[in-house]
Amino acid sequence: MLRFVLRRLASGAGLVLVITTIAYALLYAGGGDIARRILGQNASQEQVAQKAANLGLDRPLWEQYTDWLGQAVTGEFGRSWFNGQLVTTSVTGRLAVTLSLVLGATLVAAAIAVVLGVLAAVRRGWIDRFVQFVSVLGFAVPGFLLALGLVLLFAINLGLFRATGYTPITTSFTGWLASVTLPIAALSISAIAAVAQQVRGSVIDALHRDYVRTLRSRGLGFRRVVFKHVLRNAGGPALAVLAVQFIGLLGGAVIVEQVFAIPGLGQLAVQATTSGDIPIVMGLVLATAVVVVVVNLVIDVLQAALNPKVRLS
Amino acid sequence: MSEASNPALETPSAVVAKVSLFRRLLRNPTAVAALGFLAVVAVVAVAGSFIAPRDPNLASLQDILRPPGSEYLLGTDGSGRDVLSRLLVATQISIAAAMLALAVALVIGVAGGLLAGYYGRWFDTVSTWLTSLIMALPGIVVLLAARSVLGPSVWLSMAIFGVLLSPAFFRLVYAAVTAVRNELYVDAARVSGLGDGRIIGRHILSVVRAPITIQSAIVTGIAIAIQSGLEFLGLGDLSVPTWGSMLNEGFDNIYREPLLMLWPALAIALTTIALTLFANVMRDEMERTGAKSRRRRKGRDHRPDTSRRRDHPDNPDHTARPEQARHPVVEHPDDPRDADGGLGEDLLRIEDLRVGYHQADGGVAGVVHGIDLRVRRGEVHGLIGESGSGKTQTAFAVLGLLPDGGRVLGGAIRFGGAELAGAGERDYLRVRGRKIGYIPQEPMSNLDPAFTVGSQLVEPLRVTLGLGKKDAVERALALLDRVGIPEPRRTFAAYPHEISGGMAQRVLIAGAVSTDPELLIADEPTTALDVTVQAEVLDLLRDLQEERNMGLLLVTHNFGVVADLCDRVSVMQDGRIVETGPVRAIFRAAEHQYTRSLLEAILDDGEPRGALVRADVKGGVR
Repeated sequence: MLRFVLRRLASGAGLVLVITTIAYALLYAGGGDIARRILGQNASQEQVAQKAANLGLDRPLWEQYTDWLGQAVTGEFGRSWFNGQLVTTSVTGRLAVTLSLVLGATLVAAAIAVVLGVLAAVRRGWIDRFVQFVSVLGFAVPGFLLALGLVLLFAINLGLFRATGYTPITTSFTGWLASVTLPIAALSISAIAAVAQQVRGSVIDALHRDYVRTLRSRGLGFRRVVFKHVLRNAGGPALAVLAVQFIGLLGGAVIVEQVFAIPGLGQLAVQATTSGDIPIVMGLVLATAVVVVVVNLVIDVLQAALNPKVRLS
Repeated sequence: MSEASNPALETPSAVVAKVSLFRRLLRNPTAVAALGFLAVVAVVAVAGSFIAPRDPNLASLQDILRPPGSEYLLGTDGSGRDVLSRLLVATQISIAAAMLALAVALVIGVAGGLLAGYYGRWFDTVSTWLTSLIMALPGIVVLLAARSVLGPSVWLSMAIFGVLLSPAFFRLVYAAVTAVRNELYVDAARVSGLGDGRIIGRHILSVVRAPITIQSAIVTGIAIAIQSGLEFLGLGDLSVPTWGSMLNEGFDNIYREPLLMLWPALAIALTTIALTLFANVMRDEMERTGAKSRRRRKGRDHRPDTSRRRDHPDNPDHTARPEQARHPVVEHPDDPRDADGGLGEDLLRIEDLRVGYHQADGGVAGVVHGIDLRVRRGEVHGLIGESGSGKTQTAFAVLGLLPDGGRVLGGAIRFGGAELAGAGERDYLRVRGRKIGYIPQEPMSNLDPAFTVGSQLVEPLRVTLGLGKKDAVERALALLDRVGIPEPRRTFAAYPHEISGGMAQRVLIAGAVSTDPELLIADEPTTALDVTVQAEVLDLLRDLQEERNMGLLLVTHNFGVVADLCDRVSVMQDGRIVETGPVRAIFRAAEHQYTRSLLEAILDDGEPRGALVRADVKGGVR
């Protein structure tokens, strides 16, 4: 197991390295005259040259990159070009907020999707049609549209929640809960749709397996067989879909945060993108890549725990 | 060379399927509604800027936030621009941008898939690696990063997004190419002198057209969603009206005029829903066609073969109303020598049992047409017939475990004074395991692959007998030992895929007898095993049955097995019992034509094997 994890970690690190290399090359080489963009059209040629020298942009690209990489492995990712803040500080603070949203949405989605998927698979009939309906809706309608709808309905018309803003969990748990309920709801619907659909499919598949009949013939109740044996066998594909959904939620959070004015990664990304704050953008790319690699690793470990055949290989 | 001159290259089934697929789509109301809406969107997308009543960017300070009315049909926005005009032009641009993403994804994906499939394996590794690279970042993060250096062009970002979406098409085409290539090498198609390229091009296009259409609908929906998301964030070009930028402006005025958000939101939501519905319906229709041809190819299955019966309603063998007319059954009287051989009271008594399956058209197809069957304590009763004769369905009906759609249509199943026909799950929980054990046919598929052999034995012991964990484990180990497993502890801790088929069947027998049932139902318990193992397993069954004085209902198609093991036998054909009686009487004087043909079958081509089995068993038991 340890070797499996280490091997996956190594390949994950390789992936992160490749992504950052490509991102660095594209971001720094593709932007044209970066110093000019920072200073604006009115700056003199000397000022621009001075700025470029200050930022180290006048050196060859590969030299800049090896410099950046050398500092990156020590945990030093430079500073924002605009407010001089450390990239590490601004990104990690925002990352925590976004992760709490995305993790919350993933857990909510997993719980609801399992219940809905199993019910749809076992009962069929109207609940099956309902799940199919929700799946189409959740798949088709972009999450931020749902977010806007939720804001309109619950915050503006009903006044049940605050429309915008964020309370850190460290300040007040209930305040945090109130501020993340709508965003999590908006985010999780599409994930619920996708995962419930997968759970339904693989539960139906597993229900037709011979061992289900044999276990029942031994006197085990249907419910017990479904929740212990069928669900465990159906869990692998569902987990895989959940992993894909997690990455999707990470992207969706960028937009949904904007709707609810939550100070997460999304807000930072939009600011950095519009201003061309490339060190921050670089940090964001790196952070998401690391999160994705870690999530995939966690999913792989869970898969191995579910399926003894995976464990061996 | 014309199309028609080379019939060998045509794939008729694909052509037929395609035609009927399109026709069926037009008959499906959901598909028609979705396609209708998409057609309207397409018309607006083409004609949008011509039919827009005003300049979409003309701001008028006197007309800020006008409500919908006769002058401005949908009102004006926060800058006094005509919402309707903006919506029409925005449709044009949003759809065009989504189409750009689709086109880029299609070109890269299809071309890449064809090349990779054609040029083989190294391409395969590279592309898998590239795909996982693309999958490692959320699309929007990539687009944001690109935006920070390339600026706010909607076309550029959609072109990049097209690259990110291309793996979807790549995988589809790649799979199709490799499949066709492999077929082609054994095909005679190449002999006709066409190059691989042309063959593949033509085959691939016919195979892949429908899946690509489906994937295109999905990809377009995703492109629209992500593009409007970006624009909603305010990252788009402000001079160009799009659905997303209109949403963005509406959001600024959400408290003053929430209606402003409604129109672009509706446009986005309805378009993506229409695309998804279209894709779903098309996939369902395709799967339905696929499922039909697959079912035809599929061989043995636990599902009963109902098609045959339905295809020949006027088969002279069957009376017109099988439910009403009882068939004559050849009954041989009990042999007095057997009667005092320790046979006890009736355990299981089936009377006029009828089993059927619900059909898609609402009808019911019968598979068992009113049979009588009796199994006594201490008796081994063979139920023999060829596959599809309804013997397995009878066994499942007794256990109350008929597959989906199957149910007992009538008759009685009496077991130890209880009526099981139509009994609920609660009643059955008292019977299954405790009173009736079941040994299935395929050993490997009947063990849950996710749990150890041991835990699958222990669980029923704890649930049905209420044993503590330690007792249950001890008992399971003793059972494994009893059924002849050499290292019980090791097998106990093993997963099903780590043991052999013969071992698995012994495990299943151990499980079936673990809860001390009075009746054992064994469904072809040796069919899936090697000949040598078969004999041992039959031995074991016989020993356990005698040791515990159980009744045993042995479902089989092999008269050799019947001869070895059974006291009495019932012969089943087409859902009916045609002959029943003591084994000796039937072997000596079978009367029904079908029984005779079954007996002849083992004498004709089963003799060497039958003799070997018999010799083995006799040497082993008596």
